[in-house]
Amino acid sequence: MNNFEYLQAADADQAINLRDKDINAQYLAGGTNLVDLWKYNLTHPAALIDINHIGINNTITENPDGGVRLGAAVRNADTAYHPLVEERYPLLSKAILAGASAQIRNMASNGGNLLQRTRCYYFYDDQVPCNKRIPGSGCPAKTGYNRIHAILGTSDSCIAVFPSDMCIALSALNARVNVIGLDGERSIDFADFHRLPGDAPELDNNLKTGELITSIDLPENGFKDHYSYLKLRDRHSYAFALVSVATALKLDGKLITEARIALGGVAHKPWRVAEAEDFLINKEANRENFSAAAELIVQGAKGYGDNDFKIALAKKAIVRNCMMALDPSSQQPGAQPSA
Amino acid sequence: MDKDKIVGKPISRLEGKLKVTGAAKYAAEYEVENLLHAYVVNSPVTKGKIKSINIDKATALPGVITVLSHINRPKLAWFDLQYADMDAPPGTVFKPFYNDEILYNGQPIALVVAEDFETARYAATLVEFDFEEKPFETFLTDHTEQARPPKFGLATALKPPPPPPTGDFEQAYQDAAVKVESEYQHGTEHHNPMEMFATTTVYNGEGKLTIYDKTQGTINNQLFVANVFGLKYKNVRVLAPFVGGAFGSGLRPQYQLLLCAMAAIHLKRNVRLVLDRKQMFFFSHRPPTKQNLKFATDVNGRLTAMAHTALSETSSYEDYFESVASWSHKLYPAPNTLFEQKVVPLDVCTPLDMRAPGGSTALHAIECTMDELAYKLKIDPLELRLLNYSDTDPSAKKPYTSKALRACYLQAAERFGWKNRTPEPRSMTRGNKLVGYGMATGIWDALQFPSRVEAIINADGKLILNNAVTDIGTGTFTVMTQIAADELGLSIEDVDFRYGDSQKPFSMFQGGSAMTASTGVGIVVATKELKKKILKVARKMDNFPFAKSDDKDIIFEGGRIYLKADPEISISFKEIVAFNKGRNIKTTNMGKPHMLKLRNYSKATHSASFVEVEVDIELGNVTVTRAVTAVAAGKIINPKTAKSQIYGSMVWGISKALHEETIMDKKLGKYINTNLGEYHIPVHADIKDMDVIFAEEEDELINELGIKGVGEIGLVGMPAAISNAIFHATGKRINSLPIHFDELM
Repeated sequence: MNNFEYLQAADADQAINLRDKDINAQYLAGGTNLVDLWKYNLTHPAALIDINHIGINNTITENPDGGVRLGAAVRNADTAYHPLVEERYPLLSKAILAGASAQIRNMASNGGNLLQRTRCYYFYDDQVPCNKRIPGSGCPAKTGYNRIHAILGTSDSCIAVFPSDMCIALSALNARVNVIGLDGERSIDFADFHRLPGDAPELDNNLKTGELITSIDLPENGFKDHYSYLKLRDRHSYAFALVSVATALKLDGKLITEARIALGGVAHKPWRVAEAEDFLINKEANRENFSAAAELIVQGAKGYGDNDFKIALAKKAIVRNCMMALDPSSQQPGAQPSA
Repeated sequence: MDKDKIVGKPISRLEGKLKVTGAAKYAAEYEVENLLHAYVVNSPVTKGKIKSINIDKATALPGVITVLSHINRPKLAWFDLQYADMDAPPGTVFKPFYNDEILYNGQPIALVVAEDFETARYAATLVEFDFEEKPFETFLTDHTEQARPPKFGLATALKPPPPPPTGDFEQAYQDAAVKVESEYQHGTEHHNPMEMFATTTVYNGEGKLTIYDKTQGTINNQLFVANVFGLKYKNVRVLAPFVGGAFGSGLRPQYQLLLCAMAAIHLKRNVRLVLDRKQMFFFSHRPPTKQNLKFATDVNGRLTAMAHTALSETSSYEDYFESVASWSHKLYPAPNTLFEQKVVPLDVCTPLDMRAPGGSTALHAIECTMDELAYKLKIDPLELRLLNYSDTDPSAKKPYTSKALRACYLQAAERFGWKNRTPEPRSMTRGNKLVGYGMATGIWDALQFPSRVEAIINADGKLILNNAVTDIGTGTFTVMTQIAADELGLSIEDVDFRYGDSQKPFSMFQGGSAMTASTGVGIVVATKELKKKILKVARKMDNFPFAKSDDKDIIFEGGRIYLKADPEISISFKEIVAFNKGRNIKTTNMGKPHMLKLRNYSKATHSASFVEVEVDIELGNVTVTRAVTAVAAGKIINPKTAKSQIYGSMVWGISKALHEETIMDKKLGKYINTNLGEYHIPVHADIKDMDVIFAEEEDELINELGIKGVGEIGLVGMPAAISNAIFHATGKRINSLPIHFDELM
């Protein structure tokens, strides 16, 4: 962990200007991932720009369009337990609480959650090749131990997964990410925020250099009547998802009128398949239809040996979670399968 | 239980408040003046040679004092034996910075010393190396053809080879009515105690060091440092009053001790060296092991033949093995047996005893094999154990000093509700979950080491005891205080047990669940002698009221001596010491196991674990919902600390069965999940109902106190009980640990 300069930004403009001065500067919000990466010798910022005091991103408020705006610097725990989120977006609340530990959620910011780096073993070891860390150096995961790796949207250069739980729910909810940069403000569809590795796995998302996330907008519909988050992992808490599923449904009697299914733990970004969601429209909410949708979601999936099981697991998890969404009270603490 | 006795009472840890308030100081926390901080550079290469080192960038950093390596290290011992700590297996001990050779990935290859920790850590990333890399072998199952019996040496005394064959196994197995053959495997596991390995070395002038170290053996590390650097024993003092867990990793001096002392000697300065979590994966561990078992019975379920072969990884330079193949014949009386224990030398760090070494590995395989036999025989698994129950030790053909395993089976089965089990796999359900009940036996050593204790009565009439033993979090301090208090009839407030210091009288390293018996007997012997000395002084007093009474009729209680017949007349310890011109009355004595008497007996602790699991019917997700473990371990000195130990072991059993595994990437020749985010141990959400029973077991043979020791025995049966419960729930036998839930989908 190198020596560095600590700078405190008074407002967003100052933050992006400070960032522009030094290409090796990084923003600091909760620091829960950044400081880890730094200690592991994976990142070496010359300066830290503390954005915890820039004022505009510390609140959760209602938007004029009926939706809700989550400040980027609001802590994950404060977001999960915020009355507006608990009442209107319980899927998001459950997903956040399925991630990390209480201590980490108390520190981690909403903006930072979107920017988590992968937990790939090989990415985390500065002594081995990794295309995400050193472009062109190679990918030992493909032929190494890849139990935790991706089955969808992989490329020759990278099979890492994006580790967030919160983002799987944000993806299902069609959130938008508001950012500010030297070119001004813009708003990014959640589906376009993260990216697949392709031949540039060093890029996790489509933020431009120096852009700062200011807030996340949730649309009015929070699917509070029919939702569920399921997280499958090797222990019951404090582990990253091998497969997670966020389901949000709108029902008219037994008929599905709107369906959102996002998968976590399987790809370089939250995984949604429009074809599967469209298939469910005007279908009866039952196992058979959910199974058919699951097949569509994982079509094209490819295992790398140790993670082959994820293909079958993802399908089963989707069906179970959709069934749980019909009765959200069947959800278990820690996003475990229904009893 | 005698209500006036302190032994047997569930007393809370005496140092508990210090620990939970942060007042207890650990090795990395001692405040020392003018302290330098060191950080280790570990080899990124698995095997080869260091061709060159460039330290220019590192030393250019302000605050960096020096970078040590094999090139510029101070003089080290030349003889191999001088590196051989008390727990060194046969072979050639690894010597950090000895030469340019790299024997395993993560081997320490340089040490940066700086004014502060952060600078040292940063500078460590700036040291540049040029390596010559050589091909390596690091993956056990790829090299099983290289298996050979381990070499034997001094440490073999604690780890005898498996017993010789009996009868004619091959014939008996061939002829048997019912037989089972199975393979079992588990991967590498690292001890991962909560406290990081750390050493603070205080430089007291030429050749004199005071060392605060994380260790299970203060004297072991004192001798090691003195031998390696050619110092006088009396000039090296190792202190470890608080140890934040160790699980076996502190049985041998780890590399941070040697490097910290090296820097202090080289620079003539006080130096601290703390390892980080990743660096704690660059030393000893439980070796991956592959086992093959062949068990056979007659039609009635009586075992007729047992064969057990264990292959485990060792390093290229020392022959370490867990004693795996020796256990089944200590439990079950099959007439025809064949046991083999082999090692496969690989390019890894030498493994080291970890949480019931050998026992937990072996009993996983043995007790799963017994479960498989029970199904083949259509006999209840508990019934099969009772059918093959042996009061004696069939492997040694000797009686046990005591064996209350039958009581363990029956009491735990009753508490658990074993009778509610329907034997058919997948026959019990609860909503979306398959429910499984499984049980297994545990057996572990009842060890006792020699232990020398100094006992003192001071002018305040208080008892002070000195012994070099550590308290690795097990409750040793509390339990020793209880034993001493009863021996001299004092309250625990009047006993001061001082420990964790190599300058105190001899203790072995703390391991094998042996310390309560070892140090406890030392205390009994020393306090017995102290009583004699107290009386000898007292008898010189004018008007000594009990002049006509025998020593044996004089009672010691409440800091006074008196006769049972007339408690009104008494003399206090204070008065006696005052009469002794205020000089302390003291004695130092060695407690030893009664080798001669015990020669005709076998000794072991036993346990029975019963486990309920729930397995999600579609997703395979496993929860250990209930576990009951009954333990027979002789006298329990403190039911609270003993119970805590068994709870802890049961958690480690869940961990071994379902979670723990250090993953070796065989192409890279290194471990890849070297942090607690990815090296999984159970978290709170994984631990549900747990219950512990201590079966009554009076043992008048084993030692003065009837103690066998607890800790590891609570772990031994758990992995098999969980595996068996998973089989009962799902009908799937998964013999490779840890069991991943996707195998149960």
